[in-house]
Amino acid sequence: MARQDWLDWGGRHPFEEMMRLQNEMNRLFSSRFAGAREAPAGGFPAVNAYAGEQGVVLTAELPGVRSEDLEISAFRDTVTIRGMRRPPDDAAGYHRRERGHGEFVRTITLPFAVDPGRVEAQMTHGVLYVILHRPPEDQPQRIKVQAG
Amino acid sequence: MSRMQPQTGTAERTRSRRVHRSATDIYETDQGLVLLIDLPGVVPDAIEVTLEKDLLTIRAHTDDRPPPGYSLVHQEYEPGDFERSFTLAGPVDAGRIEARMSEGVLRLLLPKPQASEARRIQVRSG
Repeated sequence: MARQDWLDWGGRHPFEEMMRLQNEMNRLFSSRFAGAREAPAGGFPAVNAYAGEQGVVLTAELPGVRSEDLEISAFRDTVTIRGMRRPPDDAAGYHRRERGHGEFVRTITLPFAVDPGRVEAQMTHGVLYVILHRPPEDQPQRIKVQAG
Repeated sequence: MSRMQPQTGTAERTRSRRVHRSATDIYETDQGLVLLIDLPGVVPDAIEVTLEKDLLTIRAHTDDRPPPGYSLVHQEYEPGDFERSFTLAGPVDAGRIEARMSEGVLRLLLPKPQASEARRIQVRSG
């Protein structure tokens, strides 16, 4: 795979830097989910990011969250994942309760602007995939080197 | 449905992966004991539920791969396999255990034995 310009900013990926700063902020605002997997700094949900030629794919483990209870929005270079997990409706006496429920919100700033018209999100077996594209004019251009 | 298999004991998978302890809710309903087990990224075929005597074990593995053409640039969680075991306190009708998977959550219903099935043991005097 071709390397991206923003993939190679002096050793540390700009993504890492941004996520680190944001985790601090998210920790202040997001509700805590007992038993759920949190980002190292405490944001929920924990997010992995994959980069490709056209943009980024974010993934998050959200078992038991219905797609109708999820709202993904993108504005310029930020993506917001907002949602809720409902408690079971048939539970009477709990023996053990480890799965959190309630509302959550997490905002992620990307190292580039995203095309707001081309945000795709899907839930597969409890894993959220958010596919974000860079606007065409923002994508790295490959310059052909011509022999003299 | 759950597959009843003999306990494999300390056997290890050949692939070295992180094994997570899946978050679980356990509660009573009219029908019996319900277990809700978070198994994100797991397809129903990749789950193995075994009951040996009173030991209930759930094992599941994920097959996560980066989307084609993409590579990992930031990681906050490590996808992996899941394993969890519970010792059941009460009697369970093992033949009627129901397992259903939806949205990455496994729901196990462990029905209580029906009254008619309870074995009566005659106590003889003398």
